[in-house]
Amino acid sequence: MAEAVDLRVVGTTPVRPDGVDKVTGRAQFGADLNMPNMLHGRILRSPHAHARIKRVDLSKALAMQGVYAAVSGADFPMLASGEVSGEAGGDLADIARNVMARDKALYHGHAVAAVAATSLEVAEQALDAIEVDYEVLPPVLDVLEAMAADATLLDEQCFTKGLSETPDKPSNIAAMVKLARGDLEAGFAAADVVVEGEYRIPMAHQGYIEPHACTATVNEEGKATVWCCTQGHFDFRTMTAHILGCKIADLKFIASEIGGGFGGKTVVYLEPVAVMLSKKAGRPVKLVMTREEVFRATGPTSGSVVRVKVGARKDGRITAAKAWLAYEAGGLAGAPVGPGVMSIFAPYDLDNFLVEGYEVLVNKPKVAAYRAPGAPQSMHAMEVALDDIARQLDMDPLDLRLRNAADEGTQAPYGPKFPPIGFKACIEAAKKHPNYLAQVPEGAGRGVAAGFWFNIGMQSSAEVRINEDGSVVVMEGNPDIGGSRASMCLMAAETLGVPYEQVKTYVGDTESTGYCMVTGGSRTTFATGMAVVRACEDIIAECKARAAATWGVDKDQVEWQDGTAVPAPGVNADVNPLSLADLAASASATGGPILGKASLNAQGAGASFSINFADLKVDKETGAVEVLSYTAIQDAGKAIHPAYVEGQMQGGAAQGIGWALNEEYIYDQDGVMENAGFLDYRMPVASDLPMIDTEIVEVPNPSHPYGVRGVGETPIVAPLGVAANAVRDAIGIRINDLPMSPPRILAALDAA
Amino acid sequence: MSKVHVQTTINGDQVEFLCVPQQTMLEALRDVLGKLGTKEGCGTGDCGACTIMLDGRLVCSCLMLAAEAEGQELTTIEGIAGPDGLHVLQRKFLEHAALQCGICTPGFIVAAKALLDRNPNPDEGAIRYWLAGNLCRCTGYDKIVRAVQDAAKELAYQA
Amino acid sequence: MARVVFPEHLLRHTGGQRELELFVDNYRELLAVLEERWPGIRGPLNKSAVAIDGQIYQGAFLEPVHADSEVFFMARIEGG
Repeated sequence: MAEAVDLRVVGTTPVRPDGVDKVTGRAQFGADLNMPNMLHGRILRSPHAHARIKRVDLSKALAMQGVYAAVSGADFPMLASGEVSGEAGGDLADIARNVMARDKALYHGHAVAAVAATSLEVAEQALDAIEVDYEVLPPVLDVLEAMAADATLLDEQCFTKGLSETPDKPSNIAAMVKLARGDLEAGFAAADVVVEGEYRIPMAHQGYIEPHACTATVNEEGKATVWCCTQGHFDFRTMTAHILGCKIADLKFIASEIGGGFGGKTVVYLEPVAVMLSKKAGRPVKLVMTREEVFRATGPTSGSVVRVKVGARKDGRITAAKAWLAYEAGGLAGAPVGPGVMSIFAPYDLDNFLVEGYEVLVNKPKVAAYRAPGAPQSMHAMEVALDDIARQLDMDPLDLRLRNAADEGTQAPYGPKFPPIGFKACIEAAKKHPNYLAQVPEGAGRGVAAGFWFNIGMQSSAEVRINEDGSVVVMEGNPDIGGSRASMCLMAAETLGVPYEQVKTYVGDTESTGYCMVTGGSRTTFATGMAVVRACEDIIAECKARAAATWGVDKDQVEWQDGTAVPAPGVNADVNPLSLADLAASASATGGPILGKASLNAQGAGASFSINFADLKVDKETGAVEVLSYTAIQDAGKAIHPAYVEGQMQGGAAQGIGWALNEEYIYDQDGVMENAGFLDYRMPVASDLPMIDTEIVEVPNPSHPYGVRGVGETPIVAPLGVAANAVRDAIGIRINDLPMSPPRILAALDAA
Repeated sequence: MSKVHVQTTINGDQVEFLCVPQQTMLEALRDVLGKLGTKEGCGTGDCGACTIMLDGRLVCSCLMLAAEAEGQELTTIEGIAGPDGLHVLQRKFLEHAALQCGICTPGFIVAAKALLDRNPNPDEGAIRYWLAGNLCRCTGYDKIVRAVQDAAKELAYQA
Repeated sequence: MARVVFPEHLLRHTGGQRELELFVDNYRELLAVLEERWPGIRGPLNKSAVAIDGQIYQGAFLEPVHADSEVFFMARIEGG
């Protein structure tokens, strides 16, 4: 790994290469492509949260002037359960049924049919002409009721996975996950203090500002081109091919710029439908969701019930911890209960613990990944329990966490021993932070909590090309959601020894660059960055060989220094150093254009830990919470572009604060979401927040050439516990459930 | 359905177009006039991604009928940069990394310019309340507010 | 001998056995040995992640397993 002192450009904060187009309105996002002869599509959605679909009749819609195609579930092949799409996305049969309902509508807003017409107005009228016969069934909306033995079943074929024996009766429990170690009973017996609680959090949405959008065109040979906003166009291509039963080679996916995803754009919703409509119509078809559709039919993350019991000795050492998790999957399986189970105790060194998690079907939208999927819900409960222990022991909450903190060599609750990690470094940084040393303002409360995410590696490809003038093109396949082109340019410039401005990074389509798994899992700068570095090393090896050929020396006698080939020390060659530009200019004489490439399955993603704390004030008249200050401290391994690392920390903090204080899916008794718009689904606005102070801790990940861990997801985890603990500190009442919206706070104040 | 003929000025250009009576200004900008820099995030006036200026006033173009543009002067994101290059706000957004995905950025820049046109020296609270009509889900607003503060400082220095 | 540990969701394939010790040179060999011992376990193992000496792998065919290695199978992590 490169030593920090040697770095020239990694760690600086230049302007991103795609920046100018994004501040001038030139950048093309999902809904910004219009094609000649294009039709507009609309999707018919179930008005019932739970219903059997007995008949869908498209004939009256198809007979309308200006309607060119209509499809329903019957037009899509049935997929066998258990097929997994590449690396991401879960069970394809479930994704396919979510894209278009077949026998059953499983939530209010579930897609039932779709049309393509000459205008949006005609398409809307055509939806009204589609006849659907529903047999309305009672909706299952509460996760605990859904788990009851006599609950109405969403899926008669749902037999709980993960049990030691497959159950003989179906249920709404799709899966069970369990982790255990040590002797729980002895652990609790050794405790001086035991705390216990049940914590509920409703569903929340990723809340990206750009609704899902795509345009598809299928030609007479059956070749489809799909332009869409996605976190991963390669995985979208794979999913679409499977869902439609067509060949991957018949699909070309082009990723537009993407207006936020946070996990919600890792699975297909519109793309297979647009391709199917275009194929039937013989014309391009554009599908764009409304905001209401985004809320009702995409995302969200699981609502949850988490029970936690933790015991500790007087000195703060945790002796035992037990947790029980129930996560809503929505109408189809796929809840992140596995990571919820694996993350809840991850920051701590525990000898005795048991955690069981259940994934439960309910008549709500099928959940999608949301930033550190599953971790915020479970870790909120643990971080609140620790706060209660710290209070009972009259111990500083940071000291309590330090007393139990995982470190290099600690056996993680999910199995392996941790390689070098930065959790203790984050706690130490918090203890010294001026915001922590400052007095809590009069009338306010302070809360502390930890965050964690595994981070992932997986498959990526990159190609580096040297232009005739020595400028550098990096081609990779990860949609840039938060400045990743800039970090690729920085790593390439660092590796090649050239200025940042000499490098440009492009996100290729599925036919112009090699496979890259989704931009998600905090993997892009880590895994695709590693591929870019390897491809640059390939370039350097090639350049050294060409310099050797030019000078008539052995290639071992050439070194690469500051972007130029130079003779190795002691080599007796009276030659001028050759820059990338020199080598590019003479490329035709030394073997043709200079290309470098790399593909890999990046292993060794480094776990990322954080400590956040905040001072909050509660208005006891209105129940409104004011965030006075917020501090996020996180181990990034190495910050390639520190301003965008800070941005991830600040953005995650804001999302977590929103989740803790206001955001929630509110349902009526029929399973209809009552707040499917930004007015009533209340995300933080600028006047809700203070500046968000950040401190980047750098404990390098030994598996990455520059020490990168991945930073994107951990930031959303801690804020839930931070807010809960700060409100507790401010009003002296523990509120177990989120969000701590004004009505809930007023109710707690009234009850006290 | 008979269409309405509209004559208006957009970013200093005289523009004529036809629209159906219920068409929003946002739809006219994007679907009729090809001005795709103005974004749709919600269609209900809650997110500010479609923010434009109408005779110096900030409006959500999704809440305005296209026919209402008759005889007015509109400024969209495409009209913010001048012949000399980027507007100070655009430069400061880049320098401060005040955008991540960038979908809300056009709306924020138009809204921030309207603020600085009217109040060249806003404090942090004034910036936060002025921009409260624009949703950003990526940045937590910190770097956006700093970019606007820095732009105000530079504009004051130039003046 | 390398120590191999199975999580709860794989116990139905190992007849409830939580861990075992064995000699292998690499992960591919380990999979072969486990499949021989518990026919049918390869599929679920291929859908799991594995940590070898603390390093988490998702698709680890070529990774060496040493005599003193610790091998933990675990659920795959995706992410947002």
